[in-house]
Amino acid sequence: MNKFVEMGRKLALIGGVAALLLTAGGVLADDAVQAVSSAAADATATVAATPEAAAAPAAEAAAAAPAAPNFNKGDIAWMLTSTLLVLFMVLPGLALFYGGMVRAKNILSLSMQIFVTFCLISVLWAIYGYSLAFTAGNDFIGGLDRLFLKGMLDSAGNLTAAATFSKGVYIPEYLYCAFQMTFAALTPCLIVGAFAERMKFSAVLLFMVLWFTFSYLPIAHMVWFWAGPDAYTTADAGTAATATAGLIFQWGAMDFAGGTVVHINAGIAGLVGCLLIGKRKGYGTMSLAPHNVPFTMVGSALLWVGWFGFNVGSNLEANGFAAQVFINTFLATAAAVLAWTFGEWAILGKPTMLGAASGAIAGLVAITPACGWVGPMGSIAIGIIAGIVCMLAVLKLKAALGYDDSLDVFGVHCIGGILGALLTGVFNSPDLGGTGVIDYVTGVYGFSGIGSAVWIQAKAVGVTLVWSGLVSLVAYKLVDVIVGLRVTDEVETEGLDTAEHGERAYHS
Amino acid sequence: MKLVTAVIKPFKLDAVREALSEIGVHGMTVTEVKGFGRQKGHSELYRGAEYVVDFLPKTKVEIAVAEGEVDRVVEAITKAANSSKIGDGKIFVSSLEQVVRIRTGETGEEAL
Repeated sequence: MNKFVEMGRKLALIGGVAALLLTAGGVLADDAVQAVSSAAADATATVAATPEAAAAPAAEAAAAAPAAPNFNKGDIAWMLTSTLLVLFMVLPGLALFYGGMVRAKNILSLSMQIFVTFCLISVLWAIYGYSLAFTAGNDFIGGLDRLFLKGMLDSAGNLTAAATFSKGVYIPEYLYCAFQMTFAALTPCLIVGAFAERMKFSAVLLFMVLWFTFSYLPIAHMVWFWAGPDAYTTADAGTAATATAGLIFQWGAMDFAGGTVVHINAGIAGLVGCLLIGKRKGYGTMSLAPHNVPFTMVGSALLWVGWFGFNVGSNLEANGFAAQVFINTFLATAAAVLAWTFGEWAILGKPTMLGAASGAIAGLVAITPACGWVGPMGSIAIGIIAGIVCMLAVLKLKAALGYDDSLDVFGVHCIGGILGALLTGVFNSPDLGGTGVIDYVTGVYGFSGIGSAVWIQAKAVGVTLVWSGLVSLVAYKLVDVIVGLRVTDEVETEGLDTAEHGERAYHS
Repeated sequence: MKLVTAVIKPFKLDAVREALSEIGVHGMTVTEVKGFGRQKGHSELYRGAEYVVDFLPKTKVEIAVAEGEVDRVVEAITKAANSSKIGDGKIFVSSLEQVVRIRTGETGEEAL
């Protein structure tokens, strides 16, 4: 931000990003250097600075305890707004974005899968999800301290406090829980795009419960759970506090708003799903064209607006830094739309609205992990790279490999998420306008080097891919045995709206 | 009696209706149809998937006329619907055996 060197140099860097990445690859070896800057502030995470919670080692956690916490009204107002914005991303944003891309006979089925999955996961989140993701447990999963949201009022009846990224600043834990609930509920909804137009409604719901429980919750815990900044009083206390965090957080991986937890996680689950369930009837032989591209345009625009809640809300405070997250989210998206549009124009001869809308989502996905770690020029670079690479994945890779990822969940969310995660390690460098990483003990920002940062990011990506991929594989197989994944040929031909839901979207 | 069936470009419908009104035709049936002829279709691209659209939207106009008016009707349509570009459509003329006005039961030219 303030380390904002000359513009020209930066633009040159943008051009040479590919080269940088290669360089980074070469340096990957020095993983050891990993600057165990344990105190590294990472991830959107945070968690209840739970006093009694098993935060045993970091006894200092007792800091945010009994007396009524002094919340900031601005923080609360912004986080309430952000939480609503994320709801708005899904309903109606994602439903319209996806709904426009399916055929007219399947838009209600697609909408129902999103609407009901969102509600189902929200309720499960309150019952056990929040507790397993955001309380202290082991490296992989949290504990049961917040089962049924118990313990969110202290003995005096005050709302408990959740940590932010600033020492001594808290938001109500209910609010943190609600904000994270929208993330947990949104992520499974992304997956439905991969097997759209052919999966049974019952199978979708069953799969979502399994996947949420065994993939989303552990990954969220691994990436985002930490004791909060207050625990980092001395180097030793910091080390002890970091040891209570999730595995990937301990490594020092950066994921500001959910590149691994949300997009890679959902994207790979989508790929596994579309491979297992098979192509839509008529794929490659008859027209499966989107029935309403304007819906998709409106949906992507709503997603863009809502995404400010997603990314900037992940800052957890309405402070000055939120402005940087905000402008990063804006610029990466705009750059990705341009990249996809001009790329498609060059390759296929025509710039399409569907392409521009897809580019917006690719940019948003890629900036999600990076938005709190990079500067605006880094954001533009990330947007351009994401726009081009995701476009190639959708236009070329899918055709080459021949899978039918109906709405390109893998091509946009998984590929975009991986790019964003890796490039966060590059553009976090203060030399490239990034923020570096704060050491909460000393309050000083540092940076361990692009090579080691990218290597840590790559490990986080790898774990997420493998974990979610395996969980998805087992979950789909299980669902297939229990209720069957795919609708019959007749139902698929008739359309899922009338066959599965007994209603139709359009009457002519 | 003759049945004149014209398949025209949709945006020419108003011009055709006006031209026919001017020569005293006061009734017609209009249907939105799809088809192809020499114009062929076009291709659409969605995220790289190319779909060839064979059938283009056209408008079908049907007019029942007395024997003696056929030429004027055909001429009016030909003039109004012409854009000199491929895809302007076609006019079919066929004989019509009977016409009945449902309300009165009149038949033949009386019913036109």
